[in-house]
Amino acid sequence: MRRGRSGVPVPLLIPASLGVAFLVLPLVGLLVRTPWSELGPQLAAPGVGEALRLSLICATSATLISLVLGVPLAWVLARSAGRGRSVLRALVTVPLVLPPVVGGVALFLVLGRRGLIGHWLFETTGITIPFTTAAVVLAETFVAMPFLVISVEGALRAADARFEDVAATLGADRWTTFRRVTLPLVSPGVAAGAVLCWARALGEFGATITFAGNFPGTTQTMPLAVYLALQRDPEAAIVLSLVLLVVSLATLLLLRDRWLGRAAA
Amino acid sequence: MSALLELQGVWAGYGGSDVLRDLTFSVPAGSVTCVVGPNGAGKSTILRVVSGQVTPRKGTVTFEGKRISGLNPRQILGLGIVQVAQSHSLFPDMTVRENVEMGGFLLRDRAEVARRLRQIEDLFPIVVDRAEDKAGALSGGQQRLVEFARCLMLDPKLVVLDEPSMGLDPKTLKNVLQQVRTMWEDGRTILLVEQNVRAGLSLATRAVVVESGQVRLEGTGSEVNSNPEIAHLYLGGGTASAAVPASD
Repeated sequence: MRRGRSGVPVPLLIPASLGVAFLVLPLVGLLVRTPWSELGPQLAAPGVGEALRLSLICATSATLISLVLGVPLAWVLARSAGRGRSVLRALVTVPLVLPPVVGGVALFLVLGRRGLIGHWLFETTGITIPFTTAAVVLAETFVAMPFLVISVEGALRAADARFEDVAATLGADRWTTFRRVTLPLVSPGVAAGAVLCWARALGEFGATITFAGNFPGTTQTMPLAVYLALQRDPEAAIVLSLVLLVVSLATLLLLRDRWLGRAAA
Repeated sequence: MSALLELQGVWAGYGGSDVLRDLTFSVPAGSVTCVVGPNGAGKSTILRVVSGQVTPRKGTVTFEGKRISGLNPRQILGLGIVQVAQSHSLFPDMTVRENVEMGGFLLRDRAEVARRLRQIEDLFPIVVDRAEDKAGALSGGQQRLVEFARCLMLDPKLVVLDEPSMGLDPKTLKNVLQQVRTMWEDGRTILLVEQNVRAGLSLATRAVVVESGQVRLEGTGSEVNSNPEIAHLYLGGGTASAAVPASD
């Protein structure tokens, strides 16, 4: 990586520089246009703290659910073979390419009061999911879990299977082997996947607004609040965006030092 | 000496082709039995058959008079046959002590794990001296010793070693072989496979020469060592020569 700039051919250098500018300039714009003097009052405005708290709780819950369901799923994907695996992997990655709004509609069709599972749930327990905080968590999980699954699966594939064989020759059953040997081995990959998943859940908009609506206090997360604010008070939108940016970057930096550095090493 | 382990007319291999063809030999209780032979003779397959990773197509394996061919590796381990893999089988990110404790997967009682650990620490000082160090930080020879220590957690009757000399310099090799002898003096029967014929036979009370999946010669270590035919085959024409077959 320590090559001089002279090592990069011009036909690559120009588009690469444009690419960086394209990714960085909007963030610069956000910082330049931030009304720094009004930052305090804007942050103290009603609803901002609530939206931020809701966002953090929902993104963290979605990440926990993704860990509980996604790590075992990644193991199955990484250790099984044959055509079933390809089909399974395709199914798991669908939410990655699916427009989130479509995901929201699909969740509605399954879990809505008249949905496949939703109507049964409503008739037996009286519970309805759409337009609740639970719906926010489910929408975020639906969109973000594939990020975790894909990155944990990659870590499991890269991990040396020899150690699992050794554990087997020592008499460990497969569950013990997973717990004591495999999981510690891939923990940097799990951490990296969880951060990706959390960041994606924090920014979730399309599936959330479709499936959970936009009710302050129960389903209005930060991205929804930003969008709403942009219509009536652009400066408030900028401040809210800045908060999301700071939270995302802080999380990334904080976790990178702890775990992700090992994954990258 | 009665036989602790017996292979009787064993045919075994992979995917329809037999590597072992009517192989018969026994491991006397209290012996260090060394299997030597050229590459492809079937040495590794013998170990896989003994540990239950490969089931013989024909023939039987008996341990303490009971048939074990057909049992799975966990069951065989439970009977007291443990195997030390060829090399690099420690978990590098765990400490030495954690690695040794991993040998006690089959023990259900924590007190028993602690008791075994203390006995092993007496036998292998490295387990105490480097207890908190990561196993990955040890030298090749030290890792070998910890692998030996780990295999003793289940208090095995038979210890199966796959090429313990692999990748060790002569000085370290001497130390490692000494520890094999210590395990033997501690009352274990030892079955080892060696590419390094000199190292293997220096230790063996009994030697089995395998070729093309069959036993070519069987006898005490010194008998085999002084057999002119074997000397010619493996030791480059004379017992005085230090030549050793190239490893794969």
